[in-house]
Amino acid sequence: MEQRISNLREEINASLAQAETLIALDEVRVKTLGKSGSVTGLMKELGSLPVEEKKQMGQLLNVFKNEIAALIEEKKSFLEEKELNERLQSEKVDVTLPVRPEVSMGRIHPVSQVMEEMLSIFAQMGFDLAEGPDIEDDFHNFEALNIPPSHPARQMQATFFMQNTTDKVLRTQTSGVQIRTMEGKKPPIKIVAPGRTYRRDYDMTHTPMFHQIEGLVIDKKTNLAHLKTTLVEFMKLFFETDDVALRFRPSYFPFTEPSYEADVGCSRENGEFKIKSGAGWCELLGCGMVHPNVLKNCGLDPDEYQGYAFGCGIDRFAMLKYGIPDLRSFFDADMRWIKHYGFLPLDIPTNTSGLSLNGGSKR
Amino acid sequence: MKVSLSALKSYLKTEASVTEISDTLTSIGLEVEEVIDKGAELQGFVIGEIKAVENHPNADKLHVLRVSNGKEILQIVCGAPNVYEGMKSILAQPGVMIPCYGERLEKGVIRGVESCGMLCSEKELNLGSDHSGILDLKTDLPAGTPASEFFNADVIFDVNVTPNRGDCFGVKGIARDLSATGIGEFIYEEAKDIQGTFKSPINVHIEDENCLEFAGRYIKNVKNGPSPKWMQDFLISMGLRPISALVDITNYLNLAECRPLHVFDADKLTGDLYVRSAKEGETLKALDEKEYILKEGMLVIADEKKAQSIAGVMGGEETGCSDETVNVFLESAYFNPISIASTGRILNAESDSRTRFERGIDSASQISGNNRATQLILDICGGEASDLIVVGKGAGQTHEIDFDFNEIKRLCGFEIPHEKVVQILQSLGFKVNGNKITVPTWRTNDVCLKADIVEEVVRIYGLDELPVAPLRPEELTTSILLPHQKREIAIRRSLAHRGLNQAITWSFMDSKLAKYFDSKGILIANPIASDLDEMRPSLVPNLLSAVKRNQDRGIKDVQLFEVGPEFYSATPNEQRMVACGVRAGSFYPRHFLTDNRSVDIFDAKADALDALCAIDAPQNLQVARRAPSWYHPGRSGSFVLGKNVVAHFGEIHPAILKVFDIKTPVVAFEVYMDNVPQPRAKSKSQKLLKMSNLMPFTRDFAFVMDRDVDAAKVLSAISNVDKEKITNVTVFDVYEGEKLPENKKSLAIQVTVSPVEKTMTDKEIEILSVQIINAVQKATGAELRA
Repeated sequence: MEQRISNLREEINASLAQAETLIALDEVRVKTLGKSGSVTGLMKELGSLPVEEKKQMGQLLNVFKNEIAALIEEKKSFLEEKELNERLQSEKVDVTLPVRPEVSMGRIHPVSQVMEEMLSIFAQMGFDLAEGPDIEDDFHNFEALNIPPSHPARQMQATFFMQNTTDKVLRTQTSGVQIRTMEGKKPPIKIVAPGRTYRRDYDMTHTPMFHQIEGLVIDKKTNLAHLKTTLVEFMKLFFETDDVALRFRPSYFPFTEPSYEADVGCSRENGEFKIKSGAGWCELLGCGMVHPNVLKNCGLDPDEYQGYAFGCGIDRFAMLKYGIPDLRSFFDADMRWIKHYGFLPLDIPTNTSGLSLNGGSKR
Repeated sequence: MKVSLSALKSYLKTEASVTEISDTLTSIGLEVEEVIDKGAELQGFVIGEIKAVENHPNADKLHVLRVSNGKEILQIVCGAPNVYEGMKSILAQPGVMIPCYGERLEKGVIRGVESCGMLCSEKELNLGSDHSGILDLKTDLPAGTPASEFFNADVIFDVNVTPNRGDCFGVKGIARDLSATGIGEFIYEEAKDIQGTFKSPINVHIEDENCLEFAGRYIKNVKNGPSPKWMQDFLISMGLRPISALVDITNYLNLAECRPLHVFDADKLTGDLYVRSAKEGETLKALDEKEYILKEGMLVIADEKKAQSIAGVMGGEETGCSDETVNVFLESAYFNPISIASTGRILNAESDSRTRFERGIDSASQISGNNRATQLILDICGGEASDLIVVGKGAGQTHEIDFDFNEIKRLCGFEIPHEKVVQILQSLGFKVNGNKITVPTWRTNDVCLKADIVEEVVRIYGLDELPVAPLRPEELTTSILLPHQKREIAIRRSLAHRGLNQAITWSFMDSKLAKYFDSKGILIANPIASDLDEMRPSLVPNLLSAVKRNQDRGIKDVQLFEVGPEFYSATPNEQRMVACGVRAGSFYPRHFLTDNRSVDIFDAKADALDALCAIDAPQNLQVARRAPSWYHPGRSGSFVLGKNVVAHFGEIHPAILKVFDIKTPVVAFEVYMDNVPQPRAKSKSQKLLKMSNLMPFTRDFAFVMDRDVDAAKVLSAISNVDKEKITNVTVFDVYEGEKLPENKKSLAIQVTVSPVEKTMTDKEIEILSVQIINAVQKATGAELRA
């Protein structure tokens, strides 16, 4: 028996050595430890042995069986590792190939972005928001704003008129919202009103449609000093610099008296626009104290109520802050332009994280 | 309004520098847009004299000139037709900067002949617009004289005069304003009355109330000719060309003192003058050589035969003055500015006189203006003046404002010393008597209220003392956005996140395209361009145009959206907010890991759903198989809430793409934001989340049904079997084809079941499956696929 075990061991060792694959190894396992395998065969013979011998041989065979099982297991690990290595060798990819295309992130138009920036500042300053329609009637766009039909200011603003109507125009300014607001509520009033506005003009800095934001404050005490302070603080927050110089230059608007154009101190070096004091001036917006006739037209006594109004071009502010050269390109919907000058959807302007925080790299 | 320094100095005694004057003008509301130093521009130019003119050997229209620059004779090739021997013009020699081109002149060879300089036209020197030939100076100055000497080169302030300041369309008005700041002393001497020696043979009759006053005078035996040099210099410095003494005198007073005048050649008039309304269709050839067809209501000055001048706008050519003029009739009148503005606008006739009349001249200057002009005519042209005729109900009225001096502090927040206020007002021509302030006759249109007086004072005084006001709001605001504005922001950011790029396109569009988009016919009477003449009835067409533009620039795959108004009537507020998007071309760029599929309806549907989710649209949206005509009829649909359509989506109709000449498929969606109800105010606290420990499992079904059956019906039938346990139902395959009967389709559906409280037995699962099959069969007639 011992001799047979010894022979079998040699035989099995030889088979194991020849088993080059897991399948061949499994065949060895079946032929040895399987139901009709050689080792199992020897085990079966134990039954016919006398008791004394059975016990001794039984121990011997068990050790032998475990020894074979361990050898097979060892070879299996070896072969598994070998096969894995072989597979990994064949599974190479070109890691320099480009990644799967993701849907590239879209952009927010600079006008919308800047409008949100402005609203976030005005919210901080305690302004409410108001709105008005794009198609206006003569009363709200002109008459109530102290621009009667014969007024020379009607020629200042190239107005679009609606056909087949007697008095409908595309609003030439957001100032009509002033009237709608004062018609709807008693002072104190403190609003801003953004929106589309229209004038018959077309060149580098004028388009037939553009965006304005209107400010209106009416109460019993607001004066020119409040206006200037508000605008100075607004410029600081908007342009994100403390070096803001604001100049009020007397001008003329029918709906304000006194009227001013506000110029901001700026420099243009190597084509780059910068807000700073002590260099040149750049025209920013029109403003003034609300004209007594406008107050009267809204049923307010100009000796009791007073306040200021301002109106500025949102597009213009976007051009200045973000260095965008041509106003016409704002409305051309050129994908290259929007991708370049637009903002990522995660770039949400807030007072806490800063207005022009960049919310990630542009993909 | 262009004002030269020399002209200004004839009304203002000042030592101030150009910069000081310019800054002061801007600071008092007379914004200087540009300071033009003519001398600097003319640097290097000299007078050249043509000594010989020869034809160019190689070109018919060119001449070869010998031109003297005072030192030597230069050979110059010149294309101007008006050259002659002995002519003096302005010579530019190589190296000189040509103002009109902004480039330096170089020596050149023109058609084989060397050219060592250039003789300049008016336009090339930025002195005017004439480019028909070179300047013919007709001067006694010798060749070589610097051009600046000939032009009496001056500094020009280009002042932006606001429309309320008619008075500043005269140098005198600007000088008066400047003097109020203390920068100089206003010099002006009122004209003296002139005693006539005879009675005017021409009388004036006012037949229209738009002429308020007319001061006329007959002057006989004048001799017209060139005006004196000082007057010519003045006119040239202000950008006008001298014509003849009689014309120059009226132009001079118009520019210098904002006093429009007209001189008729009296011998060409028939009988008296009548200021009347034009007859409908009456014609007049005016001084600009245009024939105007007049309308009733337009004010004209006529003789007994016909209209001879458009009052306040332009004189007639026939009765204008020439070198032969001997007797003249001088008109100095005041017309209703509104009437002049309206006539000028309808006739589209621009003139210096109209500019001034319509903005308001000094309404008390008729007599003094006539006197001043008469004196100049007598001095320059000689002759004899008649008595002055003054007719009309009169002008020159002014008004008084009851001024509370505290008003300055009330509106501006700081005080100005009383004496200073009075001094400023007086130097501007106001009369101050206690609290009563009388407005000067040249400012009555503009200054009517207390606030106007405040503006006058503060404008001159400046805002240096304006205090800093506290800004802290009285109440803290949290969110100022209106609910729908929050929605606009949410939709914009959400769609951008999905890869769509935000465009802003015109609110108007081409009416020829609008007709394909359910046009409402809201036309603009005076569009900026004929293809921007209608308010858009939908945002889709402008975005399709944008797709086309982008594709023409080589960007085939376009993803754009816009959030903006569409219009359904020309009445204010009849507009609605729409979020609209388009995708064109491939969904993904061509790549080895993805299929290069075209955009399809489900991209648009997903975009629409995304926008609707961004604004918290209700969950019970229904999908309907209908959409407007610009969508593909079989590949489009809508989201509806009851009767309200909240969105359309789908492929754009191929016929529409053809109209826009777009060659790739395009899908689009439109979300009508106003039709989506604002969600009801919810508690901030969230519903409690229950998470089961039991494992969910899935079961697959395949149903065969008629092709027209809505998949949505199948899905909702399944969900409704057990809303608690059935947590997800998806379609993982749709099959139509040869393995099925005609007009049938098969939907393969995966149902996710999440057991509640306890695991489900095989029996229970079997029952649920049967319920699902029965429910689908009942709802749609579908059979389980064999």
